[in-house]
Amino acid sequence: MPLAEQPSTVPVVVDNDKCIADKGCRVCVDVCPLDVLRISDMSNKAYMAYDECWYCMPCEVDCPTQAVTVNIPYLLK
Amino acid sequence: MTMDAILDDTSEVKCDVLVIGGGTAGPMAALKAKLKNPKANVILLEKANVKRSGAISMGMDGLNNAVIPGYATPEQYVKEITIANDGIVDQKPVLKYAENCYDIIQELDSFGIRFLKNENGDFDVKKVHHIGTYVLPMPNGDTVKRALYRQLRRARLLISNRYMATRLLTAKDGRIAGAIGVNTRTGEFLVVRAKAVILCMGAAGRLGLPTSGYMYGTYENAANSGDGYAMAYHAGAKLANLECFQINPLIKDYNGPACAYVAGPFGAYTANNMGERFIECDYWSGQMMLEFFNELQSGKGPVFLKMDHLHEKTVEEISKTLHNVERPTRGHFHDGRKTDYAKDMVEMHISEIGFCSGHSASGVFVDEFARTTVPGLYAAGDMANVPHNYMLGAFTNGAIAGEHAMGYADDVELADFDAADVALERERVMAPTKREDGIPPNQIEYKTRRLVNDYLQPPKVTKKYHLGQQRFAEVREDLEQGMMVRNSHELLRSLEAASILDCADMAAHASLFRTESRWGLYHLRSDYPEKDNENWFCHALLGKENGKMVSEKHAVSDYVVPIAEDEKDLYDKQRVAASAS
Repeated sequence: MPLAEQPSTVPVVVDNDKCIADKGCRVCVDVCPLDVLRISDMSNKAYMAYDECWYCMPCEVDCPTQAVTVNIPYLLK
Repeated sequence: MTMDAILDDTSEVKCDVLVIGGGTAGPMAALKAKLKNPKANVILLEKANVKRSGAISMGMDGLNNAVIPGYATPEQYVKEITIANDGIVDQKPVLKYAENCYDIIQELDSFGIRFLKNENGDFDVKKVHHIGTYVLPMPNGDTVKRALYRQLRRARLLISNRYMATRLLTAKDGRIAGAIGVNTRTGEFLVVRAKAVILCMGAAGRLGLPTSGYMYGTYENAANSGDGYAMAYHAGAKLANLECFQINPLIKDYNGPACAYVAGPFGAYTANNMGERFIECDYWSGQMMLEFFNELQSGKGPVFLKMDHLHEKTVEEISKTLHNVERPTRGHFHDGRKTDYAKDMVEMHISEIGFCSGHSASGVFVDEFARTTVPGLYAAGDMANVPHNYMLGAFTNGAIAGEHAMGYADDVELADFDAADVALERERVMAPTKREDGIPPNQIEYKTRRLVNDYLQPPKVTKKYHLGQQRFAEVREDLEQGMMVRNSHELLRSLEAASILDCADMAAHASLFRTESRWGLYHLRSDYPEKDNENWFCHALLGKENGKMVSEKHAVSDYVVPIAEDEKDLYDKQRVAASAS
């Protein structure tokens, strides 16, 4: 049974110009209750790796550079 | 090492008191245990990160059950909660909570958590319940987690984040011996030996599927997947009244509270499509939910939270709380839909089902010291069956659990467990990592939860429940024989999927056992539509015996606060009486 990848538009958006994950910041990755944020190997910036979001907002509120925006997931917005 | 790779490793640690779950009850339990015996070792294990985990990740907009001198007495509160739960209440734990919660409020106040005060500096309590006055707003309630975390750091508590507990360990004599956990980012095993364990793992909030179809669009923090219920069950603890489901009136699609507890004291209310009030009281109870459900079915739905009659300034004040605390994305949601509280009513709907004693009464059976039926095992917060205990109940009962557990731990030695139990658990947990082909956990979970909606959502029909049980058994076979994960993040989800399926089985079993209707919509059985006090004025306890799920009746303890005959059905009178006009 091979797996298919289903595309989905993710609710958490990171502004790469503001994100300082490349300087070692891990705040958003640390605070997420669902553990869905990761640091990209390519850009060294934070991004939403898993579309499993409770749209709760610690990632946005705790980000030291206001780089993170939490949108309402498309299916319920 | 890359994140989410799976490592094959086990380590073992020892402590006096292990607290599992770092949301609300857990941090308080750990703190109180440590303060009682500063020399003892206390470990706080958390699946996410204590800084922002649990139901109060973004704070809370108010205390829903504050028993504050001058506004209410513990006896009044016990009476109200007993009536709201159709009498099926062991009053001692509720009374203990009611007597202790004011001290906890003052303690939280001293931590820097802000509550609404009037011009005299007194707590400004509001009336939302059917009978008494217990709601204390927290317009700056976004500070809760931060304030709590500061206290944990000050007490130098040992916090282990990103470890998901999967099973409890017990000794031959049945006493608690510790727990097994898995690192959610590496898959490494951790065995924690402990003299006492306190479960504070939240609601089973990822049980039904939200109607939006988005699996994580739940009312409860979606991390609360019922792991504590499953662990307590497998360790042999009894669970009480699981058939008393949690079902909440929520903002449609958004699936968060609208929230009448905040807006009600300002004059907002729940209305039908004609803008008419149809329930006397917006306090969440099974009886209120039944009227809500009836209105949705009646042709007078949808149901709304009505604020459009209020003054602009009032609406502004309400939005300030609703859009900054607890679920702040409510503001984003309403902006996206162009819903203006001052002009539009907020469309509401009925939530999917869950287990939660924070709002209903479905939880691990505990006494007034938060003790479960397993020696040395405690439970507090949403997963322990002190009914309607909300955030303040989690703090208060967490404190009670922490202190009592440390007292217990001081008197006993570490219990021995069977190493074979750890090996078996390793095998169960790691099985999906050994398969190269199979079903991913998200599909197992989606199917389980879709079936929960199809077959378990009230009104409960016996035939549908039997079909649901058959389907769950098929999913279980898939989960045990065919689930596959590719990294440690999926491993975490696979463990949650197993908890969710366990909870689905428990929900079905518990509901079939009680052959009557009770608690309004929460346990509305079409085949047994009447309340049957003669046969069912009792708890129903679910447990595991010889590997099988069993239920038994358990007498309600003698009341310590008597309820008069004419008070017993006050919560059945929710519907606004028809007027003469």
